Amino acid sequence: MHNDWCPGCGDFGILNAVQMALAEMNVDPSSTVVVSGVGCSSKAPHFIKTYGVHTLHGRTLPFATGIKLANPNLEVVAEGGDGDGMGIGAGHFVNSGRRNVDMLYIVHDNEVYGLTKGQAAPTMKLGMKTKSLPLPNINQGINPIMLALASGYTFIARGYSYDVRHLKDLIIKGIRHKGFAFLDVLQPCPTYNDIQTKEYWAGEGNLDANGHQQPRTYKLEETGYDGVVHGGAADEVQEKFQQAVLKSFEFGDHTPIGVIYQNEFIPTYEERLVGRAPTYLSNPPASQEISKPDGTPLANIDKLLEELRVT
Amino acid sequence: MKRNDFSWMIGGVQGSGVDTSANIFARAAAAGGLSVYGKREYYSNIKGEHSYFQVRVSRTLVRSHVDTVDMLATFEEETIFRHALEVRSDGAIVYNPDQDGTRLADIPTIESPVRVRLNEALTKSGLSADVKGVLELARRGGVHVYAVPYDQLLKKVGDEFGETSLSALQRMLNVMAVAASFALLSYDEELVKNALRKQFRSKPKVAEMNAGAVGVAYGFIREKYNGGFGFKLEPVKTDEVRLFVRGQSTVAMAKELAGCRLQTYYPITPASDESEYLEAHGVIELDGPTAQENPQVAEAATMKQKGSIAVVQSEDEIAAVTMAIGGGIAGVRSSTSTSGPGFSLMAEGLGYAGINEVPVVVTLYSRGGPSTGLPTRHEQGDLRFALHAGHGEFPRLILASGDLDEAFYDTVRAFNYAERYQTPVIHIVDKALANSDATMPKFDVGKVKIDRGLFLRGPLKGIENGEFRRYQQAAGGISPRPPVGTKGAVYWLTGDEHNELGHITEDPTIRDAMMEKRMGKIDTADSEIPMSERVNFFGPEDADITIVSWGSTKGAILDAMEWLKEDGIKVSFLQIRLINPFPTQYAGDVLSKSKKVVGVEMNYSAQLIGILRERTCIPVDQLVVKYNGRPMSCEEVYNAVKLIAQGKAPKRVVLKAGA
Repeated sequence: MHNDWCPGCGDFGILNAVQMALAEMNVDPSSTVVVSGVGCSSKAPHFIKTYGVHTLHGRTLPFATGIKLANPNLEVVAEGGDGDGMGIGAGHFVNSGRRNVDMLYIVHDNEVYGLTKGQAAPTMKLGMKTKSLPLPNINQGINPIMLALASGYTFIARGYSYDVRHLKDLIIKGIRHKGFAFLDVLQPCPTYNDIQTKEYWAGEGNLDANGHQQPRTYKLEETGYDGVVHGGAADEVQEKFQQAVLKSFEFGDHTPIGVIYQNEFIPTYEERLVGRAPTYLSNPPASQEISKPDGTPLANIDKLLEELRVT
Repeated sequence: MKRNDFSWMIGGVQGSGVDTSANIFARAAAAGGLSVYGKREYYSNIKGEHSYFQVRVSRTLVRSHVDTVDMLATFEEETIFRHALEVRSDGAIVYNPDQDGTRLADIPTIESPVRVRLNEALTKSGLSADVKGVLELARRGGVHVYAVPYDQLLKKVGDEFGETSLSALQRMLNVMAVAASFALLSYDEELVKNALRKQFRSKPKVAEMNAGAVGVAYGFIREKYNGGFGFKLEPVKTDEVRLFVRGQSTVAMAKELAGCRLQTYYPITPASDESEYLEAHGVIELDGPTAQENPQVAEAATMKQKGSIAVVQSEDEIAAVTMAIGGGIAGVRSSTSTSGPGFSLMAEGLGYAGINEVPVVVTLYSRGGPSTGLPTRHEQGDLRFALHAGHGEFPRLILASGDLDEAFYDTVRAFNYAERYQTPVIHIVDKALANSDATMPKFDVGKVKIDRGLFLRGPLKGIENGEFRRYQQAAGGISPRPPVGTKGAVYWLTGDEHNELGHITEDPTIRDAMMEKRMGKIDTADSEIPMSERVNFFGPEDADITIVSWGSTKGAILDAMEWLKEDGIKVSFLQIRLINPFPTQYAGDVLSKSKKVVGVEMNYSAQLIGILRERTCIPVDQLVVKYNGRPMSCEEVYNAVKLIAQGKAPKRVVLKAGA
């Protein structure tokens, strides 16, 4: 299927990074599923040669969750826009943090609803007026990093769509993370967002004391920042959490990209299911045979029926 | 006693053990070989409001409740105020004489309309507005009133078992009421004790003390009332293996048998109990195939393991249905259970499953609507909605079960249809079924077959370009379906119109082909599904009156038909079980030959009758409808049909019974 994104769209950078990451990890395309919602960015699965599930607006995460829990052996990558994830799908975003299913969720964050012609999206700041808006934005913007922290996400990172190699590395880290990984990707919309453009992120008008242009993003790892919980003790978790909260406020002229927080000491939803049914992972739903060749069910419910027997 | 059955009611404050007492009563009766049908009515409330349970027992089969109460067991005053005047002449009330003086005004949970009606009745008879007054009014109507001093008797039990804790003794109040009832009926004491032992099997000490309480109650009734009550409840000898089942657990067990391995839900009355049952029984015992039957599978180490069902409580019903569809996409039999308000949220998910040809089962426990409506009460108001939920056009199958036995087998069928026709199936089970208990012959698991249709296990080989044509045009509209994750190829799904690979298209020719492929599956289902799974026809072909109905009204209609037969009125009954695809030809044939057609439904607008007319162009002569939230009783149907037979009924009869 041919790609119909606008020339210069930030989606291209994210798509390239996803493809590079999957190639570098040498994943089997038929064991990989890219799940998306609705919007420009959600067309991405059609441009990737793995199983692709392009779902409903805002429902990316519950669809992806159902697929992953049915077949935990699949590599599941969810992708969608900021309107999809933080607006219509905000309830799913918050509750996916509570579950911690082992998958990666990439949000294409361009602050506008592109496919419906540039309305303000949930991450757009109060008072901002892109060329697509008749009047300045009347709502405050969501802080996606802090929302993810508050919701219990165990991997929180931010990337930039035109730093493809850096983004590719973050995607690999997110896929390898044990638990739910959230990756917020700053992304220009050249058609509707004339404020956060490619030039804006490159540092246009952002001059230091010497008059030199300073990029508006910086890499956390280059500053010695370490967002990873290494030991799992409560005080360490709290410390990492607090520094992540502080990082979540940095946005605009000095925006961090990289891994902001990671904690693999929280059990995944799949591990919690094993606590309920010990064979859940060794014999997951998609692997279970349910009938003999002649259609006779394999489940034996005699014990359940016996409990109800009266004569 | 005119009829061969007995109707017992117990009431009490919600959360005080009304359910448990009814369960003990029903189990004790069932263990004596009697046929039992129980119905639970309760408020949308946790503790404090009034709830009651009515149990009908009979030497022969019973399938419905009756409005008549033969015996009312009480252990608190509200039940007396609310139900004493429902007890028929020559019936009985069991009560605590310490409560004689409690005034109607002392019970704040009785709504003012009930209060006003009762006050008027008492004033008219010159009686005081208290327990004594109400019981006197009942007595004047021929009711026998039996005073049972629970506190004294419980103290005696405490002395016998060395239990001094007042609260521990108080917890046996309801058991006392049950035991006193059975004692008045001269029912076998051991059967009652055994029912308690079974109820409390995890706590042997409590079980024995409760059995002791039964002994004390029996002793008191023997001494004070000398066996007392004119009606004797006698056990019946039976060799049949019978179960005592409730709606939601019936569906849950059938889901495990059917191979459902992912269930999602958002808490809602009256559907959640089903999901909770599945959570509690999430590990599934398996019968492994022998090596001869399937060497490949038998070899696999997985067969030595137990199965399991993953149950996920989601953040809302949108997530519930889309997660379940995700399960279907990954090749797992998946379902979600909900009620009307939740089903409203699921509409967009249904359309997605429809256009992507994903099997998914939605179990819809309908309750009183619209909006929050009557959350704990019964209605069949969602039929039209189930048939049309979602924008645009896509195929769906709709099954409606008439009783718990049907609900069991229909649950398996729902999954079979979903996979065979690769589309959503809505299985309607209503509140009346969900909250009814009944004895029935043990389900015949041997009758159950699993049909996965064109489900394709991989790996796929030799696929051109590694891209599988999931939506290739095929006979009957049904294409082979390897689940997402199958090795050897990939394909796509999208909520947009799509080509054979699942990529977005707006091409008009492909659009036509895909619409025709999908919608054609309903015609395929119509031609394949045998009539025995779609309708039931009861009664003589030359009946004077033919009833058409669906869902849980079945029991009341069948029981009423027996009475009508005794009166010489010939009635037949067409029960529609598969609403879509509608059995148009069959229904048309039956109705065109009928002398008088009567539609019976638990909703305002007679929704099935509307569908029937739309499909067959046959008008229905008369309607019997009900929408006050309480299920139809056997007498209500009997009386309404009798009036219709006599030509005395209006064109539209609205039933009103129930508290």
